[in-house]
Amino acid sequence: MRITCPLCGPRDRREFYYYGSEDYLTLPEGEDFDAIDAHLHLRDNPAGEVRDLWYHEMGCASWLRVTRNTVTHAISGVALVADVDASISAKMKPRGVRNEG
Amino acid sequence: MRVEGKGLVDRSAPVRFLFDGLAYQGFKGDTLASALLANGVKLVGRSFKYHRPRGVLTAGSEEPNALVEIIEERQQTPNVRATVQEIYEGMEAKSQNRWPSLKFDVMAVNDLAAPFLSAGFYYKTFMWPRAFWERIYEPIIRRAAGLGSLSRRHDEADYEKAFAFCDLLVIGAGPAGLAAALQAGRAGADVILADENPVMGGRLLSDMALMDGKPALEWARDVLDELGGMPNVRLMTRTTVTGAYDGGTYGALERVGLHVAAMPDLPRECFWRIVAGQTVLAAGAQERMIAFSDNDRPGIMVASAIRTYLNHYGVAPGKRVTIFANNDDARQTARDLMAAGVEVAAIIDARADASVLEDCPVYAGAVVVGTKGRLGLQAITMLHRGAEIEIETDCLGVSGGWNPLVHLTCHMNGRPVWDAALAAFLPQAGAVPGLHVAGAAAGLFSTARCLASGAAVAVEALGVLGRKAAPIGLPAAEEADYDLLPLWEVKGKRRAWLDFANDVTTKDVRLAAQENFASVEHMKRYTTQGMAPDQGKNSNMGALAVLADATGRGIAQTGVTTFRPPFSPVSIAAMGAGGRAEGFAPQRYLTSHSASVERAAPMIEAGLWYRPSYFPRPGEVTWREACDREVRMVRHTVGVCDVSTLGKIDIQGRDAARFLDLVYTNMFSTLPVGRVRYGLMLRADGHVLDDGTTARLGEHHFVMTTTTAAAGAVMRHLDFVQQAYCADWDVRTISVTENWAQFAVAGPKAKVLLESLFDAPDLPFMGCTAVQIGRTGARLFRISFSGEQGYEVAVPARYGEALFRDLLARAETLGGGAYGLEALNVLRIEKGFITHAEIHGRVTAFDIGMGKMISAKKDCIGKGAAARPGLVGPARDQLVGLRPVNDAQISAGAHLFNPGEEVMRANDQGYVTSVGYSPTMSGYLGLAFLRNGRARHGEMVRLVDHLRGIDLLCEVCDPVFHDKEGVKLRG
Amino acid sequence: MVELIAKSALAGQGPITLAGLTLAEVDLGQVTSIAPYAGQEKALAAALKPLGLAFPKPNELRAKGAVRLAWTGRGQAFLIGAAPGDWAEIAALTDQSDGWAALSLTGAGAEDVLARLVPVDLRGMGAAARSSLGHMGVILMRHKDGFELMVFRSMARTAWHEIEAAMKMQAARQAL
Repeated sequence: MRITCPLCGPRDRREFYYYGSEDYLTLPEGEDFDAIDAHLHLRDNPAGEVRDLWYHEMGCASWLRVTRNTVTHAISGVALVADVDASISAKMKPRGVRNEG
Repeated sequence: MRVEGKGLVDRSAPVRFLFDGLAYQGFKGDTLASALLANGVKLVGRSFKYHRPRGVLTAGSEEPNALVEIIEERQQTPNVRATVQEIYEGMEAKSQNRWPSLKFDVMAVNDLAAPFLSAGFYYKTFMWPRAFWERIYEPIIRRAAGLGSLSRRHDEADYEKAFAFCDLLVIGAGPAGLAAALQAGRAGADVILADENPVMGGRLLSDMALMDGKPALEWARDVLDELGGMPNVRLMTRTTVTGAYDGGTYGALERVGLHVAAMPDLPRECFWRIVAGQTVLAAGAQERMIAFSDNDRPGIMVASAIRTYLNHYGVAPGKRVTIFANNDDARQTARDLMAAGVEVAAIIDARADASVLEDCPVYAGAVVVGTKGRLGLQAITMLHRGAEIEIETDCLGVSGGWNPLVHLTCHMNGRPVWDAALAAFLPQAGAVPGLHVAGAAAGLFSTARCLASGAAVAVEALGVLGRKAAPIGLPAAEEADYDLLPLWEVKGKRRAWLDFANDVTTKDVRLAAQENFASVEHMKRYTTQGMAPDQGKNSNMGALAVLADATGRGIAQTGVTTFRPPFSPVSIAAMGAGGRAEGFAPQRYLTSHSASVERAAPMIEAGLWYRPSYFPRPGEVTWREACDREVRMVRHTVGVCDVSTLGKIDIQGRDAARFLDLVYTNMFSTLPVGRVRYGLMLRADGHVLDDGTTARLGEHHFVMTTTTAAAGAVMRHLDFVQQAYCADWDVRTISVTENWAQFAVAGPKAKVLLESLFDAPDLPFMGCTAVQIGRTGARLFRISFSGEQGYEVAVPARYGEALFRDLLARAETLGGGAYGLEALNVLRIEKGFITHAEIHGRVTAFDIGMGKMISAKKDCIGKGAAARPGLVGPARDQLVGLRPVNDAQISAGAHLFNPGEEVMRANDQGYVTSVGYSPTMSGYLGLAFLRNGRARHGEMVRLVDHLRGIDLLCEVCDPVFHDKEGVKLRG
Repeated sequence: MVELIAKSALAGQGPITLAGLTLAEVDLGQVTSIAPYAGQEKALAAALKPLGLAFPKPNELRAKGAVRLAWTGRGQAFLIGAAPGDWAEIAALTDQSDGWAALSLTGAGAEDVLARLVPVDLRGMGAAARSSLGHMGVILMRHKDGFELMVFRSMARTAWHEIEAAMKMQAARQAL
């Protein structure tokens, strides 16, 4: 398996650490325990396209959002987590973390 | 025997070798199989199940019979294919699966019992009594099973692994592969041409084909010379591409040093991971057997193998050879034999309309129905026009047609497609992205078509890579049509073998069908057909044809079993190359390492680090004596300990404080410059990730310490939080763990010691400052993991060893000295300080009594999750201290029960995480997690450790045993 | 007054040469991590100008005389062989001079040795790259007729051992 890091280029999978679904990019609000449980534990397991998070631990230390197909193993997109669409990332930010500016 | 004037072996270079203790001679370039056949040795092994005498069946890596052991001084390698193993001077080989000798094998009695040993025998027979299985049946079966034997020593030979990258990988260097490589090489692409044989050329080495009127070998040599001279082309011989994986990655096994006597540092094998932009599969095709009565005698082989032995090795495998075939190609073997002066007894062609042109008896519409010869073929019986005719012959070449080697095209779920005209499975187009199939592997069987398709497919692949290629000009070559009458099985009275390696007959396959193991995957598992080292290369087609016949389905509907990597056997040692002994994991050494070793400290592994366990002094016999002394030393004078293994992370930027507020449960933005604060970090699920101290070096500059164990995980976590949740904040992190050597100086005389070394400022507890040691800039922290007045002093790592030696000398002058990991552990247990023994991933801040450290004034990672019902409250196991009655020894890992309750899982009240003997308290102390523990101080619990035979009562107490008020700490 | 004696990560380990390849420990001098803050590109460019250097793009290495600026990760480069200026407002500056052991591997066939340990396509590699060397992280820098490699200081002996083992196997292959 090879992942094309947007910074380093195509690299062997052994340079990367796998975290999990892109769902981790969001943080549930406050103490809505059902939402927290769902966020932590409930995952789809599709035969097809998934987006998950990988860390280029042996490379540039970027967190990546990798779009890949669980049937064909094809990787169709790799984005820097830090660059993920600002409108989404605003939602992702935990309460009290938004920039004052 | 050798045939004069034939073959490519070097007749000027004789090679002597041993087989079953007897000395033989071959030539450089021989395989063990060709050399044995040249010496007239036909019997080379015994079959797996029935111990039937077996001879060489093929001339390639698919060989199911000729599996031998290679014996070396420090190695014994079983199941080596004699058809692959090249001989070298002094080589020693041994046949397998026989006792006491190859010619007389006691276990051949199995063959007589064959009527009882059919498919499913074990499943049916050893069902009951159930209790017999583990003690009686399994040991007996295990003793009888398994091929070959091992040296029973560690494999200490060198193996290699390597990565390679290219634009175009060409698999197989026959006519198609050579044409493809030449096409791509001339176009300037980076090419890897891999072939499993020592000499490239594929079938061109075995066939006396002509190209442009000249021997095809000359063309092959010219092409190889040209390719060898191209800097963009890498030729990899003895390299089998074993698997196709996603991302254009291929696994390949190179036999580096197996063809010579062992040499120092020469790897036996190298496992390659090749990443290719595009790939051409030109693996060729493999000739298949026909199943008929007693078709497994030594001397019976596939017809093309006879041609290879004759033309490549100059060996005639028999004096009087017979050919049995259902297609034209096998005729060439007969013609080559006759041209070389070897007698051909008969050509038996199953096709009624076959030509009868050869200058030997040719029987059209005939089949072989029986054979004779216990240890070697003596005669066959042919059925021709209703009459059985016996023919004396010592070698029978069989051809049931050719199977394209489609294996790699199936490694990513591809399914081969049945072609009725060729009676073969062909590759499914596009089954592996970027893989193009050429030549015989694609079902193109003439040399001319192989050449043309190799070049055409390479142009196609180059096109994908964005490269243009000019025509390379191909030589004129043989272009015969492939005419074949499908023939899988000649039904007869005696057993007809399909899978030679696993002794599976047509009868076994029919039995499987009869017992409703009718799916090809079920039949495989029921009969073990295709599960031997050749993975069914010689038998899959025949077996599924018999299965199709038995079930009344067609071959296409019956389908094939799944082809999985590896294509041919790969040693685990090669795949794990570099991972043995020191290569298993990096070793991390402290700057103080040699100073500790000089003081005879046993170094123990802590993660990847090597840390001193204790520092024994003369007269101390046990580790406990040293440990107790070191603990007392810290409590009463001063101790020095290397704590550089703790993770250190430099955090800077205008938003650094805000960032720490987000990752820590407690507040860091309020920490004054020059002060240190203990912090607790949670995972997203609310459990404790790590703890440690963080110092504020400047308004926008912090240095965080992590535990040794979680240093990597914390760095990863900080990067995630920053990049995922606050990428626009001005905060930058980088590990400085390795940049600083840091030493704890702890004890009542710590300050005196430091003052003797440099101008030590009067630092308050949890203060930090920059100091100067001579000309070296250093950092001083007043923090303590021992509970004594303690400091940690950090210098750039290059000065670490010098500072450690200096600190030790000063400490020893003051009556103190170095302390190791054991004493450090006791000291922290006495103070109730936690490590990852406690924060093991399943505990919350509440559990360790730090619930109040989750600040109510701000949000932090894991805050909401930590408040979930079930993660707080009296039902939780909470951190407590334990003191055994009578100061008896207790153990970590023990479980806790209420006195009077039965010791069983349902009554479990908790578990012990850390224990140590405290010289300060004169007894054993433990840290434990106990159900609702904080409310139970003063109660007695029963501590049970079945493993160590400990069962005693302990008093539950506060986890801080020593100096609860922290007077000494602040001192 | 005490003076602490400096010791390199592989002090006492002399260079080894095998099959035309030389492995040696090298002294990189001062090494400083530079991680620019957002919006400071112009200020940083101005700050680096006196050194004759520009901040490198991913996989790049800028050099002027003995001073190098190598890309080492997301938003980060190492200034090697020179002291940084007073740039604290522009970038996070962190001393890394002691955190790494630096090795040089020079001579024809250096790529073949690295191919045993580093899973990177060295054909397409820029002047600097981060990757792994066996199980260790590594900063790779192209160097005249070879490479310089930086590994965590504590792992220097393992790195040396693994490269030496790969060199020995290469030499044995060549002798075949």
